[in-house]
Amino acid sequence: MKFRNMAAAVAAIALISGGAARAEELALVAGSIGKDISELRMQLDEFQKETGHTVKLVEMPASTTDQFGQYRLWLSAGNQDVDVYRTDVIWAPQLAASFVDLTEAMKDEIPKHNPSIIQSQTVDGKLVAFPMYTDAPALYYRTDLLEKYGKEPPKTWAELTETAKEIQDKEREAGNSQLNGFVFQGAPYEGLTCDGLEWVASNGGGQIVSPEGEITINNEKAAAAIDMAKGWVGTIAPEGVLSYKEEEARGVWQTGNAVFMRNWPYAYALSAGEDSAVKGKFDVVPLPAGEGGKSAACLGGWNLAVSKYSQHQDAAIELVKFLGSEKAQKQRAMNSSRLPTIPALYDDKEIAEAQPIVASWGEVVENAVPRPSAATKKQYNEVSKEFWTAVNETLSGRGTAADNLDQLEKRLRRLKRSAWE
Amino acid sequence: MADVQAGVPPTEKSLETERAGARPRSDLSRQRLRSAWMFLAPMLLVLALVAGWPLLKTIWFSLTNASLSDLEGAEFVGLRNYYEYVDYGDGEGEYFGLLFDPQWWNAVYNTVYYSVISVVIETVLGLVFALVLNAEFKGRAFVRAAVLIPWAIPTIVSAKMWAWMMNDQFGILNDMLMAIGIISTPVAWTASPDTAMWAVIIVDVWKTTPFMALLILAGLQMVPGDVYEAAKIDGIHPVKVFWKVTLPLIRPAILVAVIFRALDALRVFDLIYVLTPNNTQTKSMSVFAQENLFQFDKFAYGSAASTLLFLVIAFITLFYIKIARLDLGGRGK
Repeated sequence: MKFRNMAAAVAAIALISGGAARAEELALVAGSIGKDISELRMQLDEFQKETGHTVKLVEMPASTTDQFGQYRLWLSAGNQDVDVYRTDVIWAPQLAASFVDLTEAMKDEIPKHNPSIIQSQTVDGKLVAFPMYTDAPALYYRTDLLEKYGKEPPKTWAELTETAKEIQDKEREAGNSQLNGFVFQGAPYEGLTCDGLEWVASNGGGQIVSPEGEITINNEKAAAAIDMAKGWVGTIAPEGVLSYKEEEARGVWQTGNAVFMRNWPYAYALSAGEDSAVKGKFDVVPLPAGEGGKSAACLGGWNLAVSKYSQHQDAAIELVKFLGSEKAQKQRAMNSSRLPTIPALYDDKEIAEAQPIVASWGEVVENAVPRPSAATKKQYNEVSKEFWTAVNETLSGRGTAADNLDQLEKRLRRLKRSAWE
Repeated sequence: MADVQAGVPPTEKSLETERAGARPRSDLSRQRLRSAWMFLAPMLLVLALVAGWPLLKTIWFSLTNASLSDLEGAEFVGLRNYYEYVDYGDGEGEYFGLLFDPQWWNAVYNTVYYSVISVVIETVLGLVFALVLNAEFKGRAFVRAAVLIPWAIPTIVSAKMWAWMMNDQFGILNDMLMAIGIISTPVAWTASPDTAMWAVIIVDVWKTTPFMALLILAGLQMVPGDVYEAAKIDGIHPVKVFWKVTLPLIRPAILVAVIFRALDALRVFDLIYVLTPNNTQTKSMSVFAQENLFQFDKFAYGSAASTLLFLVIAFITLFYIKIARLDLGGRGK
């Protein structure tokens, strides 16, 4: 009897170690914003249970600009320690050479996803990264405060300015001295390119660089939009907004110190969380429009790419498929209000119940404005930096929007020379 | 500190005699020369590997069209990254290249401005600290150790810590200044163009003053006590003693401390990158280079910036040694 038990144990061990030999150790790197990391870890644990592969999660700073610098360095050094990168929607043309083509591996999955998102990750016919979730920002507003002063959620930027000013002034008089009218992302980084693009595009000022590669930013409507934003700093927005990224803005908002906030949908789940001061007191609408323009939401979103230097490419592709799957996207939508890239999920009842923002955001995603990353190719980062610098300088009072955009156009011309490359 | 300067190993002196060739070499000096080279060889080799090779490689890349995704395929393009005239063919043209890049010169200006101001403040404060720490008082050992804490904290950590303290909404700095009535509304220290550079300088002074104090203190301790006794017996006023006795005696220590610090300040990166990222008011030469090397697809251009950074620092250092008549070689004593 004893002997037989031992034999069984030996057999069991052999089986386990046999399985372990096939199980591989992967590493996935992702930036940390909101609940992203804890949720990702949960899904990775599920993946581990299902497949036997283990996945190490490498955590990076929240700023996409910081992440990019590090990833580029790793990839150009042929780093084999990281198998899967979570990549920003704008990176595909710049990092295409370092990632594996996923077209073949994902051919059954691709038709389920939003074609324009798949398109944004395809460079010269190569699917560089597979969508994980998409992003299109919202205007968050405080239902309690708007109701108190008999205001409707603003449809135009002018209305927003007026409402924010009135509520902020009256609340401050009433002793709520910490309250700000509006917070957004004003720090000089990629996020400001999104905010700035939204102001400009919603005012009919174009998309910085047109899809054909023409530099269109130096126009009166664009200048008027940025001047309008300049008028917010120090009046309805705190001066510190010039150093706010997503999480800083959310910090002010979620402690109950802002009437309006521009942010991505991830803030929805967090604002509705137990520890939030605005729980049950807020709602979202699409971003306001400019005079005579229409609302413009900057297209964001994150994708998963497999490094061509990975030693475990098959397992890595399996992981990407898992994290981009309908099930994982639904989970992400329900737990942290991350927008799915699968159109069918916008009609999902369970999601609509858990996170109403997702159900109502299908149209916003559909009409979202992409940044000019496809047109400017490998030079996008520099174009973006020139744009956010011009906007940030204007917001902080160094030069008028018209002058700064004029200078921006010259700089972009110098960058472009004869053609974007 | 004086010891460090005079303390050049005798081997170097023999090297010098050898170079001068004034006297015929004796067997002994030839043997000493040989062993000197033997002892120096490992260090020279390591230096060549870790400093010389990367430097040469950077200079080479600055003369090519290298991109980070294709370093092997870099082709020589001459000085195009530094200086290029593009003729548009219609009688008009434009200058390109680092030397014509206003953003580069802005970075140079920022770096020099930051270095001069922070090093001056750190030197003066460091001197004050050193004088205090040199005096006899109870618990001196403890205070000496405590003063070093800011220097011991990694720059990233202290930059992040100060970023929170300077936060416009939740920062303790605004809270304290508002409580005592110096400011009436919160200041956005790291965001406002008027204060961003000063925010960086404040953090740097906080962090690096202990380092200066330490180096100057070492100099102070080399001053023999009998000098002060003599001054006391002669009834000289302590302020006069400081200017006429202490300061001249610790001058070499201060000059060396300043050059250490200035070299560090001129290549500042981490503090600025963390505290005020991407702010044109504070962008330093190193940040400019990093941005071009890794953020943009301009590895060669970034290498050119690194090369110029090296040249600028080398030039400023040589200039400083010249005007300070700093005796790094230990000669002329």
